[in-house]
Amino acid sequence: MRVVEQIDLKVKIGSMVLNNPVMTASGTFGYGQEYAKFVNLDKLGAVVVKGISLKPRAGNPPPRLVETPCGMLNAIGLENIGIKAFLQDKLPWLRGVAAPIVVNILGNTVEEYAELADRLDNTEGIGALEVNISCPNVKRGGVVFGADPTMAAAVTKAVRKATSLPLIVKLSPNVNDIRIMAQAVADHGADGVSLINTLLGMAIDLQTRRPKLANVMGGLSGPAIKPVALRMVWQAAGAVRIPVIGIGGIMCAADALEFIVAGAHAVEVGTANFVNPRATEEIVDGISLYLKTNKISSLEQLRGSLILS
Amino acid sequence: MAGQYLVKIVKKEQLGKEIFRLTLHAPEIATTARPGQFVMLRSGGLLDPLLGRPFSLHQCRADGSIQVLFKVFGAGTKRLAALAAGDQASLIGPLGRGFDLTPPAPGVSLCLVGGGMGIAPLFLLAQELKRQQPGLTIELMLGARNKAELHQLADEFRLMGFSPLVATDDGSLGYAGLVPDLLALNVPSAGKARRVYCCGPKPMMAVTANYCQKQGWDCQVSLETMMACGISACLGCAVKGVGRRGGQVRYLHACKDGPVFNALDLDWTSE
Ligand SMILES: Cc1cc2nc3c(=O)[nH]c(=O)nc-3n(C[C@H](O)[C@H](O)[C@H](O)COP(=O)(O)OP(=O)(O)OC[C@H]3O[C@@H](n4cnc5c(N)ncnc54)[C@H](O)[C@@H]3O)c2cc1C
Ligand SMILES: Cc1cc2nc3c(=O)[nH]c(=O)nc-3n(C[C@H](O)[C@H](O)[C@H](O)COP(=O)(O)O)c2cc1C
Ligand code: FES
Repeated sequence: MRVVEQIDLKVKIGSMVLNNPVMTASGTFGYGQEYAKFVNLDKLGAVVVKGISLKPRAGNPPPRLVETPCGMLNAIGLENIGIKAFLQDKLPWLRGVAAPIVVNILGNTVEEYAELADRLDNTEGIGALEVNISCPNVKRGGVVFGADPTMAAAVTKAVRKATSLPLIVKLSPNVNDIRIMAQAVADHGADGVSLINTLLGMAIDLQTRRPKLANVMGGLSGPAIKPVALRMVWQAAGAVRIPVIGIGGIMCAADALEFIVAGAHAVEVGTANFVNPRATEEIVDGISLYLKTNKISSLEQLRGSLILS
Repeated sequence: MAGQYLVKIVKKEQLGKEIFRLTLHAPEIATTARPGQFVMLRSGGLLDPLLGRPFSLHQCRADGSIQVLFKVFGAGTKRLAALAAGDQASLIGPLGRGFDLTPPAPGVSLCLVGGGMGIAPLFLLAQELKRQQPGLTIELMLGARNKAELHQLADEFRLMGFSPLVATDDGSLGYAGLVPDLLALNVPSAGKARRVYCCGPKPMMAVTANYCQKQGWDCQVSLETMMACGISACLGCAVKGVGRRGGQVRYLHACKDGPVFNALDLDWTSE
C-alpha cells in the first residue's frame, strides 16, 4: 500500500477551529444525540443543533412535511424546547462531543436575538452561534429579518454586542441579491455566513385542491435546491472576506467538494441526514479520499478554485 | 437499538392487485423488534423518491428475516413494489414505541382491530401476545375494502390458530360494513371488558377509540403520519395531543412518542 501524507482538513471560522469542513445543518440533526447511534460525532467538523428560541415553541399543525421531486418541503414552524431546557437537558450531553457545538438561535425581535446571545455567551461548551435570520420580525409586520439588509445588519450588530463567541449568520435565499445580504452582515460583525436556508415553496393536492402542507407554504430542501445554493455560495464568496459555509442539497462528498470549489470554507449537511443517517461521516471520509486520490494536500488549494474561461 | 442496514430482499410476494409483502434479511432487527415498531425502508441510490418510507414490522422470524406488508400509493411504494428477490434495500430500525404488552387486569380479554394495511402489524402483535400470555382470549377483527384484499390475510391468521371476524366495505367477505362495528356484535365475549389494539385508517381508528372510551376500555392505536427521518430529528411527524403545554398546543411525535399511542392521549377532533 502507498503511504499517503496526512491531509489537512482544518478550517477556521472566527476563533472556532474545525477538524474538517463538514458540519450538520440546523433542524436536520436534532440536538445531536439522535444521531449518536449512527455517526461518530467526534469525527465531524461541527454539530449545529436545532434552532433555539427564548421560549419553547410548539410549531405548526400537521401535515408539516411533503416530498417533492428530489426534495422535500417542510413547515415545522421552528418547534423547539427553548433555551432553558436546551441548557439544562441537552447541552451537558453535547459537552462530551469532541467536535465544536454550534447553537442556532432565532427570535421575533432584535432584542430576543441579543438576549439569547447574551445567555449563551457565558456558557461552557459552545463553539459558535449561528443566527437564523429567516424569521419574521413581529415589530415590522412580520417581514423576515433576512429579507432586508438593514434588519439583518441590526440583528448581527445586536448579537455581536452581546457575545464574544464566533458568530455565523445564516442567510435566507429568498432575496433579490444575496451579495448585499452577505455584505450587510459581514460589515456588522459576522465571522462567517452560512447559506442557504430553505427556499420558500408550496405543493398542491390536485384531487382535493388543498395545499399539501397545513401551513400552505414551506421550505424546500434537498438535492433539488443544490444548483441555486451553489450559485448563491459562489456569489457570496466573491462578495465578502469572511468564511462562507455552503448549504443546500449536499448528499455526498462530491456535492460538498463542489461547494468548496465555489468558494466555501465549510459545508452543512441537512436533508441527507434523513435519507442516510451516516451521510455526514461518509462525506468527511469522501473528502479525504478525494484529496488523497487527486494529490491535493490541503483544502485551501481547492477552495474557490473554480476555473472561469 | 436502532441501526442502519443495507439488506437483501429474500422474497417478494404479491397478495393482491396492489398489495405486496417483502421478506428482508435483517437479523439485528428480527431479534430485537417489538410489535408496533416500524422501519424506514428505501430502495437505495436514487434521489427521487428521496426519503425512506415508514412501514410497520409485519413479522419477525427466528431465521433472522423480517417482513413488511404494504399497499402501493405513490412513487415510494411503487418503487418498493418493483424490487425483486436478491435486490438490496436500505433499512433503519427498529424505531418507535410499540404496543403495550403488559398483562391486562383479570377478566379483560384482548381484542385486535385492523383495517386495510393496518392489519400488517397485528401479525407480529398477535403472535407475541399469544406467546407471552398463552391463557388469554385474543379476539381478532379485520376489515378491508373487499374480499380480494382480505381473504389471504384472514386465512393466514387462521393457520396461526386465530379465528378472525371479518368485515368488508362491499360485503364480499364477512360482515358488510366497518370493522369497528364488529366490536358491538353479539359475539361470546360481548359485554365483557376488553383491551383493544387498533391499527388502520384514521377515521376507523377514531370510531374505535370513541367506542372504547364509552365502554371504559383501554385502547391503543398505531398512527400513520408523514415522516422524513423516523428518528426524532426532523419534528415533521407531529400529531396533536390532548391538553396544552406552556399555554400552547401540545404536539406529540409519532416516530418517538408513538407510532402506538393510548387513544386518550390524542386529540381526535383535529386533522
Ligand atoms: C409508523 C408507520 C407505519 C406504517 N406502516 C405501513 C404498513 O405496514 N403498510 C403500508 O402499506 N403502509 C404503512 N404506512 C404508510 C406508508 O408509509 C405510506 O403509505 C407510504 O409512505 C406512501 O409512500 P408513497 O411514496 O407510495 O406515497 P406518496 O406519493 O408519498 O403519497 C401517497 C399517499 O400516502 C400518504 N403518505 C405519504 N407518505 C406517508 C408517510 N410517510 N406516512 C403516512 N402516509 C404517507 C400521503 O398522504 C398520500 O396520501 C405506515 C406509516 C407509518 C407512519
Ligand atoms: C425539517 C427541517 C428543519 C429545519 N430547521 C431549521 C432550523 O431550525 N433553523 C435553521 O436555521 N434552518 C433549519 N432548516 C434548514 C436547514 O438547516 C438547511 O439550511 C436547508 O435544509 C438546506 O439544506 P439541505 O438541502 O441540505 O437540507 C431546516 C430544514 C429542514 C429540512
Ligand atoms: S419523522 Fe422525523 S421527527 Fe419523527
